[in-house]
Amino acid sequence: MRELTYVEATVEALDSAMARDPSIFVVGEGIGERGGNFNTTVGLFAKYGPERLCDTPISERGFVGMCAGAAMTGTRPVVDFMFFDFILDAFGELVNQIAKMQYMSSGRLKMPILLRGAIGIGHSAATHHSGSYYPIFAHLPGFRVVVPATPSDAKGLFATALQSEDPVLFLEHKSLLFNRGDVPEGDYAIPFGEARTAREGTDCTLVAIGSMVDKSLTACEKLAEEGISTEVIDPRTIAPLDMETILASVHRTGRLLIVDETFQPCGVGAEIAAQVIDQGFDDLDAPIRRLNGAHVPTPYSPTLEEAITPEAADIEQSIRDLLAE
Amino acid sequence: MSDQLVTREVDGMPQSEQLLALYRQMINIRYTEEQLARSHQMGLVHGACHTYVGEEAIATGVCAHLRPDDAVFSTHRGHGHALAKGVSPHEVIAELFGRATGCSQGRGGSMHLFKPEVGMMGTSGIVGPCILQATGAGYSFKLLKTDQVGVAFFGDGAVNNGAFHEGLNLASIWKLPTLFVCENNLYATEVPFAYSAGNPNVGNRGPAYGMESVTVDGNDVLAVYDAAEEAVQRARGGKGPTLIECRTYRTRAHSEGMRDAGYRTQEEVEEWKERDPIKRYNEWLLENEEAGPETLAAIEAEVRATVADAEEFARNSPWPEPDTVSDHIFSQE
Ligand SMILES: Cc1ncc(C[n+]2csc(CCOP(=O)(O)OP(=O)(O)O)c2C)c(N)n1
Repeated sequence: MRELTYVEATVEALDSAMARDPSIFVVGEGIGERGGNFNTTVGLFAKYGPERLCDTPISERGFVGMCAGAAMTGTRPVVDFMFFDFILDAFGELVNQIAKMQYMSSGRLKMPILLRGAIGIGHSAATHHSGSYYPIFAHLPGFRVVVPATPSDAKGLFATALQSEDPVLFLEHKSLLFNRGDVPEGDYAIPFGEARTAREGTDCTLVAIGSMVDKSLTACEKLAEEGISTEVIDPRTIAPLDMETILASVHRTGRLLIVDETFQPCGVGAEIAAQVIDQGFDDLDAPIRRLNGAHVPTPYSPTLEEAITPEAADIEQSIRDLLAE
Repeated sequence: MSDQLVTREVDGMPQSEQLLALYRQMINIRYTEEQLARSHQMGLVHGACHTYVGEEAIATGVCAHLRPDDAVFSTHRGHGHALAKGVSPHEVIAELFGRATGCSQGRGGSMHLFKPEVGMMGTSGIVGPCILQATGAGYSFKLLKTDQVGVAFFGDGAVNNGAFHEGLNLASIWKLPTLFVCENNLYATEVPFAYSAGNPNVGNRGPAYGMESVTVDGNDVLAVYDAAEEAVQRARGGKGPTLIECRTYRTRAHSEGMRDAGYRTQEEVEEWKERDPIKRYNEWLLENEEAGPETLAAIEAEVRATVADAEEFARNSPWPEPDTVSDHIFSQE
């Protein structure tokens, strides 16, 4: 199989869908001729022109609200935020309009809008360019929330997002964007709500999200040398969330650690833990543990940034602690 | 362009000391930015670094009228605003180096420079909020019946953001003591303002909001100085806000290390370098015998030494302690 970067894989999915479906258009700052700050639309402007790759002014609320109207009237907008942080300027349009439109119109209106952006801590991007915020959106009814960890998943999930009739948030961790990996040629779609078992194991279950998947695999390889066998599950989508796969794994291992860069309070780990306690209480041999990024606005200095980000060594230690319970 | 400068009216001309202070400030910004650009290449600046090279006249001309208790709200391209408002090169460079001695103690970097002690209320990684916050400062000062002013600096890119329209209208209806200083450098990253704005003229938009507005040559420090003087007087006198469009150009890439081709021509860049605000002001000072070459050279040497010292200070400064990372999320004793 040939290798592509994570971003290239999404461009392939976008290109293929745009070729088939003339109602798809992309809006964002620098996504036209420039090809996107993160190369998310490279080569597409030449193929599809300025109406379908529409460079916008810095008007986030404006173009998100505009795309809501477009999605209600027969087109399929893709909003490219570059840094996902900039979506916050459009929060009202998202929460009060986009997420509720199908429900309030009793399903007569559809809201096929894809909102994408780069998330995550790294490279001293500081607090206005490091946010992830997906637990906030997963909390609300009406959003599909997708956080792919590998290039091949990115392509397949992006394809699904472009077929969805629902609002989809597609979140790409900055540290993954230029990672290379095997990506199947041709079109394929990965359904939302199906977790991927990234590594099989028997001693404990680790649920890792986005950039935490690779770091967790690194930690698990190291522990495997000592005979510790960890299962790593990548949910791939936060909403819907594949609890079935997680519960089945915990049933086998009896122990659960959830690793997520986003904040711990009211977060994805809290939700998973609550559901496991609710539906798999008898399977548990130890308390459920969570490892998260620190609950602070992201600081700039490398020494501070390092202090708040879960790394492979922290994950390794958390697994050891969980097994010692 | 510079002819216009030479023959300009001398009425209301700043004093000779003030003239040299303006020169010193522009040089201070230029040398600090050039140092940061070099340091960025060496990996000493960690995050993004948007320099103010070519735009020095604006922060300099406006901030010359401000007191430490006036509040400045800035952008992602804010090193010049911080320096002109009285943050030292030491504190700015140390911040970009991520050190505990930086003006934000290493938490912020380039896009989060804070020194409220001198009225530097922050640079910002998000385009737009500075306009609303300067409006809010105006509201405070009006309510408290002081004669302070709030100042927003922002790029042409911010003019297309809702924050601009809402902020200007709010300031207008309540006659707030606020200056809206648009630094129109023709591009937002790589997007030409002429493409992104239905009306690519900012200085004529005041009437749309019911406020005074003016367009000035942003590479002419004295033109900026005069326009800001009038606007600050208007604000302090309770006569409401002013929108000032400063036409200018950034002569370096949008951000250090970023490509700078494909969206503008080298000829255009060279043409604007000819209109460099420091070069023009230097020539004007000499031609009008406001200063001799030795005086200007002495200022340059002095600032160069200060910036070199600042770089060394920053490089030798301690890193923030990791266990301080959660301090100040909430107010503390
Ligand atoms: C709300 C928001 N959207 C997008 C960005 C990304 N961004 C950073 S700088 C910039 C261009 C700003 O252009 P302008 O305001 O003209 O300032 P200049 O860089 O030219 O000084 C953009 C789009 C941002 N920081 N904030």
